[in-house]
Amino acid sequence: MALLEIRNVTRRFGSLEAVKDVSIAIEAGEFFTLLGPSGCGKTTILRMIAGFDVPDEGEILLDGKSLSGVPPEKRPLHTVFQSYALFPHMTVAGNIAFPLEMAGKSALEIRRRVDETLALVHLEDKAGSFPHELSGGQKQRVALARGLVNQPRLLLLDEPLGALDAKLRVEMQIELIALQREVGITFIFVTHSQQEALALSHRIAVMKDGRVEQLDEPDKLYSAPANRFVADFIGKINLIEVEVTSSSKVLLGLCAAGLGEIAATDPRPIAVGERGVFALRPELIRVFGHRESADLKNRFEGVVRELLYLGDVTLYKVELANGCLIEALMPNAAPGRAKFHEVGDAVAVCWRHDAGVYLRN
Amino acid sequence: MSAARTQPAGLSKWVVTLPPTIFLLVFFLVPALIVALAGFRETGEFGGLAPWPGLSLDAYRFLLGDVIYLEIFARSFLVAALTTLLCIVFAYPLAWLIARSPKQRRDVLVLLVILPFASNFLVRIYAWIMLLGPANLLYTPFAVIVGMVYAHLPFMVLPLYINLEKHDPALLEAAQDLGANAWTRFWRVTFPLSLPGIFSGSALVFIPVLGMFAVPELLGGTGDILIGNLIKEQFLENRDWPLGSALSIMLTACVLLLAGLAAWAAKRGLHGTEAVS
Repeated sequence: MALLEIRNVTRRFGSLEAVKDVSIAIEAGEFFTLLGPSGCGKTTILRMIAGFDVPDEGEILLDGKSLSGVPPEKRPLHTVFQSYALFPHMTVAGNIAFPLEMAGKSALEIRRRVDETLALVHLEDKAGSFPHELSGGQKQRVALARGLVNQPRLLLLDEPLGALDAKLRVEMQIELIALQREVGITFIFVTHSQQEALALSHRIAVMKDGRVEQLDEPDKLYSAPANRFVADFIGKINLIEVEVTSSSKVLLGLCAAGLGEIAATDPRPIAVGERGVFALRPELIRVFGHRESADLKNRFEGVVRELLYLGDVTLYKVELANGCLIEALMPNAAPGRAKFHEVGDAVAVCWRHDAGVYLRN
Repeated sequence: MSAARTQPAGLSKWVVTLPPTIFLLVFFLVPALIVALAGFRETGEFGGLAPWPGLSLDAYRFLLGDVIYLEIFARSFLVAALTTLLCIVFAYPLAWLIARSPKQRRDVLVLLVILPFASNFLVRIYAWIMLLGPANLLYTPFAVIVGMVYAHLPFMVLPLYINLEKHDPALLEAAQDLGANAWTRFWRVTFPLSLPGIFSGSALVFIPVLGMFAVPELLGGTGDILIGNLIKEQFLENRDWPLGSALSIMLTACVLLLAGLAAWAAKRGLHGTEAVS
């Protein structure tokens, strides 16, 4: 049985349907992420799990029991707020002790658990400090410690890394993964950052306009997006409008206007004549000098229009014969050579027949 | 560096602060010194002050020699404390409700709180005479407290409202999420964070009440006179200026002592709350 089950939940605000018939089952011990652009309904779902909002339809079950009618203070789950919401008049130790005091634990146990949790988030020396004396990263750790100290069944995290600078965010991501593994508590994480979601989660639900567009493991989401939105939202991707010209078992022939045949693969039976989009990750494309030969099925000639040198990699924007711009990401992995092509170079972009995915319209 | 740049240069700082400084020197500091000095002068033959120098400690000797003055001081502090306490009790829910109401309605509600100031203070106290008279409550300690609380309530509501309005609602959600019920949320989060508001409100109520003479004079009985009445009597009726001055200085000293104690206590006990006040 799933630890948390969201069953056909719908939430309306006036005429706006913020969450539309969403069903998700989350297993114990999972690091589950709700990912989507702002306004997609992810925070509304989190607030309904916490009890600050109530579904108009459907229900949420924890351990098989419905949570409807259970006020937030009675739910065995805690939230880490985006703004941290640390109590400014309490010390770090006071903040962390708060949920234990609410649960009626003995003074001795509170002391022990607070010390343990402070050690877990590496803040032993800050027990007596007040929140306004802490840095952003330290506040973040206190908020995590406060959420974890009473060992909730579920920890909800509402964009907890949003307020940190880029470098600290990466550090905290690594800490979060280690922390979740160590405490074994189920995390439900809300974010609009696809990079954060990919790095942290066991499973991700990609949301748009109140619906779950795709629910899968990070690598599956990235390599096999279910539709155009997911493909475009997660990572960089080239989308080429195509028409299916041949389909035999696994091999798929696609025709892109003004470009020619693209060889692709798809296990599904697909009707010839169907229109869709061919999605191709930039890092799966190789860019060769136009005289170089490549033993790849898909080879299209073009001209480098722009390039973005990023140090470890270079992003090339290549204009193909039909005028469409293809982005290709090449690692600068050859010693002594910064980049392989210059703007204006005639090149050929190539990729394996199984590099991209065909998405139906 | 940036802080230094935003501060006005030496000369303009003087130009800006000079007029209020002169005003306070002439109309506050100098009169205060005159009063302080008058307390050590002799009473004149026909009241007022005796010709210079005529220095004596008679006023203070008289003041400290009669237990009635101590009693009036004690009663004044008691009335001030009770008024402050009642103002907190009445103002808190009001300020909280205003702070929690929709943003566009708050300004109107605050305006309603200060609206009574639009009519004359004495007129409003006379209104209480008409209200309390038929109920047979006029000229009692109760009437004095009612008048005091009525007159000073806005001074408690406003600082409390300003404080409560700034509270981050996420803190209450966090407390609830972590297992606190409504009662606990109030006492563990809202109330401690509102202490700076309570303190500034209390200062705005307690100190004026100590010196207030109009309310006890109009609503109180003969046994309800407070320091304010006593001081006024010395200057206007008895024409014993040295005694009046000595009483004033004693009152000022007591208030300063109390304010100092409160500031010291606040510094020790309010750590962290300044972040929201």
